[in-house]
Amino acid sequence: MQTSLIASLRTPRGLVTTALLLVLALLPLLTQALDQRYLLLVGTRIVIWSIAAASLNMILGYGGLVSFGHAAFFGIGGYTVGILSANGINSGWIQWPAAVAIAGVWAALIGALSLRTRGVYFIMITLAFAQLVYYLGSGLEAYGGDDGLNIGRSRFSGLIDLRDKASFYWLCFALLLATLWFSSRLVNSRFGYVLRGAKSNELRMTALGFPIFRYRLAAFAIAGAFGALAGILLANEGAYISPAMMSWVKSGDLIVIVVLGGMGALFGPLYGAIGFFAVEEFLKPLLDLLHKGWGEYWQIVFGPLLVMVALYAQGGIDSLLGRRHG
Amino acid sequence: MEYLIQVLNGLQLGLLMFLLAAGLTLTFGIMDLVNLAHGSLYMMGAYFAWTLIGWTDSFVLGALLAIPATFLLGVVVEVVVARRLYARDHLAQVLATFGLILFFNELVRAIWGPDGKSIAVPAFLDHTVEILPGIPYPAYRFALIVVGTAVALLLAWLVARTRLGMLIRAGASNRRMIGALGVNIELLFTLVFGLGAAFAGLAGLMAAPIASVKIGMGDDILIVAFVIIVIGGIGSIKGAFVAALMVGQIDIVGRAFLPDFLKTFLDPASASAAAPAISQVLIYVVMAAVLVWRPTGLFGQRS
Repeated sequence: MQTSLIASLRTPRGLVTTALLLVLALLPLLTQALDQRYLLLVGTRIVIWSIAAASLNMILGYGGLVSFGHAAFFGIGGYTVGILSANGINSGWIQWPAAVAIAGVWAALIGALSLRTRGVYFIMITLAFAQLVYYLGSGLEAYGGDDGLNIGRSRFSGLIDLRDKASFYWLCFALLLATLWFSSRLVNSRFGYVLRGAKSNELRMTALGFPIFRYRLAAFAIAGAFGALAGILLANEGAYISPAMMSWVKSGDLIVIVVLGGMGALFGPLYGAIGFFAVEEFLKPLLDLLHKGWGEYWQIVFGPLLVMVALYAQGGIDSLLGRRHG
Repeated sequence: MEYLIQVLNGLQLGLLMFLLAAGLTLTFGIMDLVNLAHGSLYMMGAYFAWTLIGWTDSFVLGALLAIPATFLLGVVVEVVVARRLYARDHLAQVLATFGLILFFNELVRAIWGPDGKSIAVPAFLDHTVEILPGIPYPAYRFALIVVGTAVALLLAWLVARTRLGMLIRAGASNRRMIGALGVNIELLFTLVFGLGAAFAGLAGLMAAPIASVKIGMGDDILIVAFVIIVIGGIGSIKGAFVAALMVGQIDIVGRAFLPDFLKTFLDPASASAAAPAISQVLIYVVMAAVLVWRPTGLFGQRS
């Protein structure tokens, strides 16, 4: 399981991933050298969405639980920061732990109810709880209602200034690495093996005496907490929160990213997020080249592309990088 | 008699939702397909109607033509994409039909443009009727109730009394068995999908004069339709009917009466903003409660 860094560099996956991480680590310097500020914004967005997708990957990819409401944790993270900052509590030391804790507790609560159901009912009940949070957000007239709210960024007195684009990017990148590190520790622990075992054969794991429900619930709560982390970052990126950040379409986007990258692959969420955001930047000029003005309608191509991925390429981008062991 | 009017509005919304949910629960129950793109068919029905009403210069004619048009579109979607998904897991279905939503939304933007369209209430229904002496009610909404009820009855007859209905019911309980018995299930599936699309299109075009025809109009209402079929029990037409009427009442009554209730402890502005949100939240609370109480819905089969 634990291959050394040097050994992993010899595989195509290791090479691609290492190169990717290097580029991402140096992105603010690269974009400054190339004078492409816009690319840094795209990069920040990719990194934040990777964190959210990595958190969904913990339950969807490794646990096989198709949660269709993960964007709600974006919302909980973002709104906790936004509401606290609107009430004059700007310290990130208070905002961030509060947001993560609230999301964790909420995830545990709805997980306890949702995990009683199976299959499509699970998909629908997680979606329903996310819609519930969405409408709560849109009903908060004091915090912008449907229109959303401009907020002040979190403050970490003197330590880091989130208004600085490069510092903010590096913070996001560091948190992505931390999330992936945690995720790899989690899934390769005994806990992770039980979770993955329950995905491939629930009955057998139950017969072996594992309390599957409790394992899944814990995974669900952890995933919710990390989802909120991405929401915190998203709110700080634009200094803005709105119910749109947790609409069900965003939950769909997150599933797309996880599957596109490769379910249950450690770096899958990162590949997926890059694929998801790059496809737009790539398709637009390509279509414009075919016929001026077509680029605007790139989703006419992207939609069927998703259908093809669902039908023929469920291993996602990760499976293009060769077979995985373990 | 404000109350009666709101109850009728709830009934009208419920019947509309039933039309949308009926096709969804059939494709779900029989083909085991999670079809997120069902809302796109609802949207396409409305856009087809907008174009056809423009061509024919008649609401009724345009509407009557839009229904077979949506049926055909449903058949195409089934043959090209949906039938490849029946045997796949739910995740693949969610992903593929999510892709279809993006496709249809963008297609509509490319063909009809980004701005919404409106369909006028037809002249012969643009007045009010007295449902009870002294209580006027918009004739168009009243017509929606009549048409919705008629279609619901038609569907009930179709499912309970005809050979097609018999096959549908048999398919819902065991599709492999009816395939083994020599029924052409591919054709049956295509028909059911097309039928569901036609009902969705009908719902979309009937809603058009009171809502508006716009991109993504099916996206949010689709989620409510899913809630309805989950509350009712997947595959159960009866369940979808009961749940749709329930949701219609919760939504409308919530919107109409919550503000007054909320004003007793909130300021008026917050109260009127919070009421629609709370009535939406109520729908999901009801669903969660039903699922916790009966994990396969009110009329769902126990596995």
